[in-house]
Amino acid sequence: MKLDASELIALLKGDAQADKVVPPSGYTATLTLFTSAAMAFLAVFALALSLATGRLADRWASELARSSTVRISAPAGQMDAQTRAALEVLRTTSGVASAKALSQEEQRKLLEPWFGPDLPIENLPVPQLIEVIEDSSGYDSDGLRLRLSAEAPGAVLDDHTRWRKPLIKAADRLRFLGLLSILLIALATGAMITLAANAALSANAQVISVLRLVGAHDAYIARAFVRRFTLRALSGALIGVVAGMVAVAFLPSASETGGFLTGLGFQGWHWLLPFVIPPLAALVAFRATRTAALRRLKELT
Amino acid sequence: MIELQNVAYNYGGGELLSDISLKLAPGSFHFLTGPSGAGKSTFLKLCYMELMATSGRVQVFGRDVATMGRDEIARNRQRIGVVHQDCRFLDHLPIAANVALPLRVSGRDTSAEEANLKDLLSWVGLEDRADALPAELSGGEKQRAALARAVIMSPDVVLADEPTGNVDWEMSKRLMSLLVELNKMGKTIMIATHDLNLIRTAKSQVNARVLRISNRQLQLAGADL
Repeated sequence: MKLDASELIALLKGDAQADKVVPPSGYTATLTLFTSAAMAFLAVFALALSLATGRLADRWASELARSSTVRISAPAGQMDAQTRAALEVLRTTSGVASAKALSQEEQRKLLEPWFGPDLPIENLPVPQLIEVIEDSSGYDSDGLRLRLSAEAPGAVLDDHTRWRKPLIKAADRLRFLGLLSILLIALATGAMITLAANAALSANAQVISVLRLVGAHDAYIARAFVRRFTLRALSGALIGVVAGMVAVAFLPSASETGGFLTGLGFQGWHWLLPFVIPPLAALVAFRATRTAALRRLKELT
Repeated sequence: MIELQNVAYNYGGGELLSDISLKLAPGSFHFLTGPSGAGKSTFLKLCYMELMATSGRVQVFGRDVATMGRDEIARNRQRIGVVHQDCRFLDHLPIAANVALPLRVSGRDTSAEEANLKDLLSWVGLEDRADALPAELSGGEKQRAALARAVIMSPDVVLADEPTGNVDWEMSKRLMSLLVELNKMGKTIMIATHDLNLIRTAKSQVNARVLRISNRQLQLAGADL
């Protein structure tokens, strides 16, 4: 790695003369540029996906975990007594920041989307809902269930884990797939640049053997190739990243109604993250070309 | 300079050269002759380390070639000028750049050597052809350019493989006189050729030894040439 670093510096400083000893290559250059740009473009989306699902998982985890619901289904006569008992239990439970029985008005609002605005809610056996807000330490849900069943038999605690767990799991899996895609993109870029470099090395076999015969060191010959491919990968990736970011910027912005899909994008400092891609692509190209060149040179004396 | 001890070379289908011993002393002038296919080029390749002896020991500048690393081989090649039979130029670079190539790859500042390069090109009579591409040169011009490239690093040894292969007699004599001139400047010279006239001409100008490869062996040819 240390040798690599000094090589990389020598490479960035550049040697216009060394560049000229290898004839310019037309279409492999364009192909490398295009491949690198396309891969970087895809990488931007994979990155946006990972970040968005990451945000989503975090949001679901925190929002849903912070609140839970106690539902009380009891005969009309016992409703008030059980509600009071349940509220008392909740008030004395550590980890519960607040508990509030929803008013009839609030419950009507919740049902409105399903039953319309004129629902005579007072005549229906609608269960009473209590909204429970946790503090940061959280409560012990099994203990709370036991105590509720003792004090208010009609009370059912719903701490949303049922909903939360599969959603968070899905979001985490998506994030993992996004990161895996980035890794695969990096490997595919490396593979394609290796192929392109090998093509260039084969096309220039004559040049390489002449250079070797007049006393060129391996590092010198390799550098002429490595420099080209590294710079091509770097500039291609820059183009791809900028195009990808423009595309992401023009996605519809996150909204309540749009849900998950419209949240796909970058937020805040995350907009800087895609700029890691071009140097990474350059590094991948550097290593791929250097390995290919040195392996090829070993075949010559 | 270059020393071979009981060297053999095997291409895979039997030995081409066997049990060859030779010591190239500084300032010596050797001709290497023999029928084509006898192994003259192979012998020279062993000397400039393009091929590795399959048995025996080759020493270049006092170091055993078998123990040299790749970079050491590269460094030692910078001290040996080689005129290849087929010249071996970079076809996309003009002659001046091709002649200066050894300077370039060894990391020397070519702009500082500009005057040197110019002198060298006029020494081989190519000052007007500096910007021409190799493909635009005649056979004789190519050979002279190859000679210029071989000596630009001011090497201790110059090896030439059929340097007069594709050129007419006048040009051969001219190339030979350049090589003799180099020898007078103290360079060790070895020329592989099958042109006996050329050897006779050179022997009048320089104290040359003639080696002959036949039956896989290296022999000192008699003075009767």
